[in-house]
Order: sequence, then structure tokens, then C-alpha cells
Amino acid sequence: MKVLVPIKRVLDYNVKPRVKADGSGIDLANVKMSMNPFDEIAVEEAIRLKEGGVASEVVVVSIGEPKAQDTLRTALAMGADRAILVTSEQRVEPLGIAKILRAIVAEEQPQLVILGKQAIDDDNNQTGQMLAGLLAWGQATFASKVEITPDGLTVTREVDGGLETDRYPFPAIVTADLRLNEPRYASLPNIMKAKAKPMAQRAAVEFALDLTPRLKTIGVAEPAARKGGVKVADVDELVMKLHAMGIAK
Amino acid sequence: MKTLVWVEHDGTAVRDATLRTVTAASLLGEVHLLVVGHGVGGVAQAAAGIAGVGVVHVADDVEYAHLLAENVAPLVVELMGRHDAFLAPATTSGKALAPRVAALLDVMQISDILSVEGEDTFTRPIYAGNAIATVRTSDVKKVLTVRGTAFEKAASDGGTGRIETVESTGDKGLSTFVGQEIAASSRPELTSARVIVAGGRALGSGERFAELIEPLADRLGAGVGASRAAVDAGYVPNDYQIGQTGKIVAPEVYVAVGISGAIQHLAGMKDSKTIIAINKDEDAPIFQVADLGLVGDLFEIVPELTRKL
Repeated sequence: MKVLVPIKRVLDYNVKPRVKADGSGIDLANVKMSMNPFDEIAVEEAIRLKEGGVASEVVVVSIGEPKAQDTLRTALAMGADRAILVTSEQRVEPLGIAKILRAIVAEEQPQLVILGKQAIDDDNNQTGQMLAGLLAWGQATFASKVEITPDGLTVTREVDGGLETDRYPFPAIVTADLRLNEPRYASLPNIMKAKAKPMAQRAAVEFALDLTPRLKTIGVAEPAARKGGVKVADVDELVMKLHAMGIAK
Repeated sequence: MKTLVWVEHDGTAVRDATLRTVTAASLLGEVHLLVVGHGVGGVAQAAAGIAGVGVVHVADDVEYAHLLAENVAPLVVELMGRHDAFLAPATTSGKALAPRVAALLDVMQISDILSVEGEDTFTRPIYAGNAIATVRTSDVKKVLTVRGTAFEKAASDGGTGRIETVESTGDKGLSTFVGQEIAASSRPELTSARVIVAGGRALGSGERFAELIEPLADRLGAGVGASRAAVDAGYVPNDYQIGQTGKIVAPEVYVAVGISGAIQHLAGMKDSKTIIAINKDEDAPIFQVADLGLVGDLFEIVPELTRKL
């Protein structure tokens, strides 16, 4: 079984985002970029399926600027077999990403596509569900446990009230939540080996899809700042303040 | 504009998130509702009573018992032939369903809207709420998910909605419900709680989390939440998690116990009206957003606070 894992290069999750002075977006010049953390979990899950003898090949794909190849190399160093880089001059929205991925699925014929549930930059939480809709496949969203059997998969999903378990026939989409696994770090020898692994380069325009953005960002602003309050000396003072604020009765 | 709002319910009652989504929809135009499930006649009646609603479309079928997105999306798509915008609360079920609907309609969804600036313009948080983007869509039809904490609740009574039955689109054979573990709790639900007490990794274990946090929450009539670190460490189940990828809350009072305040956690609670932080590290980022901070050993402070309140 072949597994496809789409991944995204984003601002590193430890870096505090700064809004550009002209309000046009977030300043991404000279800041550390990394693989979206949820996508690392997706890559890890696919590699574990291969190590467990369930998956035969793990293919990673990234759509974006040429530098996304660094992110793909990271996935290859973790253990993915090969990579596809789709470059695009213009920003591609989740709907456009899903359309490109549908075309790649048609070429690669994976039985399973595992994605991160959301990217931590735009926080959209859309691509996996959109791809599932376009393909008319099942969508195991927010997965915290995936069990594969010969005829399908059983997925435990993190939902608002707790956990829900659903079953899906192949082929299917899984979107990874935080507790699906703990991604490994790539070892130095594997980073070296990854340099020799195949990476196909494509241009988004080759797919002949209408990828024109539907959304226009008019402005990006800092949220209203919350001013810090006061520190109290002890519990008695805290209780007194809580009474004064009407919080404790 | 004719809007269609996804009614989030638990099989018997309409959830607060629905009422907040109705408010967002009312800023766009006429509000019509969609109730999906099995044996949801009572929910449909309650939904028809929400102030200002028009038609309540009801799809009641055994195939909809577990609201699997694969089966519900085609139904929404069909109804969207007669509506201009689909709005769902940004709950896990709304987040699973709406993008599938959007893709089938060839619409680029706008997730987690915070405000309606015009019929095609909305604000939404990006980068864990560290920035607010204003976006304008060129799509004729709109698909939106709505952040509950950003909108007031519509009145749940006084409405005169008209119930109309919708034919089921059946089982698509793409997914099957197996089971669920939904914790029954007598505490207020996090997204609608007036007071929340949340614990972090500093509590050290599930036992100590329960010993310290629960009595304080009892005293305050509070819901109980947790940071990601506390959930990852197994102190409490996943549905306790507050933050960028967990629940977004904005209670009157938020008490953060042993939570350092990573940006991913702040993203889920910084719109709380009053924030109280207890932490042993005086430089913890949580104090930058807290109205009242107390530096010290939570194992001494929390029992004392519970006793003295």
C-alpha cells in the first residue's frame, strides 16, 4: 500500500509571529521556517506504517515556493522514500492545494493520504477535508489512533466531547491530531542519506487547474493587546481582590 | 442573502455554539437552519424557537445518527442550491463538515470568523491568534465557520421558525460509526462555562490534578480545562485541552494553575474577561496576560485558596 503525505513549510512554531508594519501580512524574512508540526506527525505515522510492513512506499509532497524542498528533505531524512515538489509563484489556497493533490493522487494512486489537521500559520483546518470531498473518499479527521486492517482502517478521532471511533474502507484520508504519535528526529546519517533520495520537481501551472485565489487579504493587524495586571503578595490578598471584583462571594 | 446555519446539538438540545452562529448569520441576511440526525424532532422544535429564524430544514434518518461528514455533506450541498451562505460553528463537527461542503461547491471556505465586516468581508485569526486578518471573498456562495466566543448568543426563544422535512441523501458507504467515549460530567461545558479552572503540567500527575483542581472548580462552580502539556502527560482526557488546536474559550473568569502560557495556550483563552494566574515562575508568559497573578508553590496556594474562598 502506498501512502501519500502532503506537507507544508511554515514559520517555526517557537518563533513569535510579527505583523509587518504595512499590515500586509506576517514578516517571514530571515526567520526560522520548519515543517508544520501536524505534518511531522503525519509523516511519522506513514513511516511507522512502512516499518510495520503495512505501507510499501511513503511519498511526500509539498506545494509552494522552491524552498519547500528543505522541508521535503526533512521528511526524507525521517524516512519517507521519495518527494514531489510542486512550485508555485502565486499563493495557493487550501482549495487550490486540494485540487493539485487530487491530480497527484490520480497519478500516484495511493490507498491512504495522511495530512496534518491544520497548518499553524493560516490555521485553516481545511485541506484534508477538501481533498476527501473532491475524491469522494472517507475523511478520518483529527486522528489520535489509526489501526489498519486488510479491508480498511479504524480511526479514533478527537472530538469536542471526547473520542469517537469510526471505520473507513480504502482509499481514505486521515488528518493527524497532536496525540497520534511523537515524531522522530532525523539522525545525521539519515540526513546525509536523504540527499540521495529522489525528488521530482513540478510547476503548479503544469496541472492546468484554475488556482486563482478566491480570498483577498485586505489587511493583517495585531490583536488588541491585553495589558498585564498586578501581582498579589499572597492568597489573602488574592481572595480580597476576588471579592472586590465580585468573582468570589 | 439567504443563510443556512448548521445546528449543533446533542440529540436532545441545541448547543450554545448554534445560537452564536445564528447571530453571525443574522448579520448577513435571512437565517434558515439545518437540523440533521436521527430522532431529532425535539431538536427541530427547539431550533424553530430561536429568535429570528425562518425555515428549519430537518433531515431525520438513521444514516445521520452519528453525523458523519461523508453522509451529511451531500445533503448540505443540495440545500445550498437555494441558499447563499453556509455557516457552521467552529466545533469539531463543524470543522469536519464545512470544508468538505466547500470543496463540493468549489468555494474557498473562511474558517473561524471573528466578525462580519460586510457581505463578503470577514476577520479571522491567523498564527494562533497572534494576528487578525481581514479577508474578502470573491466566491458567490460563502462557506464560513464561526468562532463562538466572538459572537453573542441569539435568544433561544420567541422564534417562529417553520419546520420543513428534507429527504435523506442516504449512506455514501465511506464511513461507519464504531463507538465513542464521551465523558459524562456534571460540570459546565468549557465553551459555555462562566468560570474555568485550568491546570498545567506543573501539577505533576493525574491524581494531583484531581486533588487540587477539582475542589477549587467545585468552589467556583467552574468548568475544568487543561494545557496541552497536561493532556499529553495523560493527567486528563483530550477534551480538556484549551488552546490553538483545542477548545477556544472566553469565560468571565479563567484561573490558570501551573500553566506557563505558551502562545498556543494563550490562543485559546486570552479573550477571557478576567485571567488569574498561579505559577512558581515569576517570568512565566501567563503573567503578561493575567489580571491577577500570584507567584508561588501551587501545591500550597491552591488548597489555601480553595479553603479561603
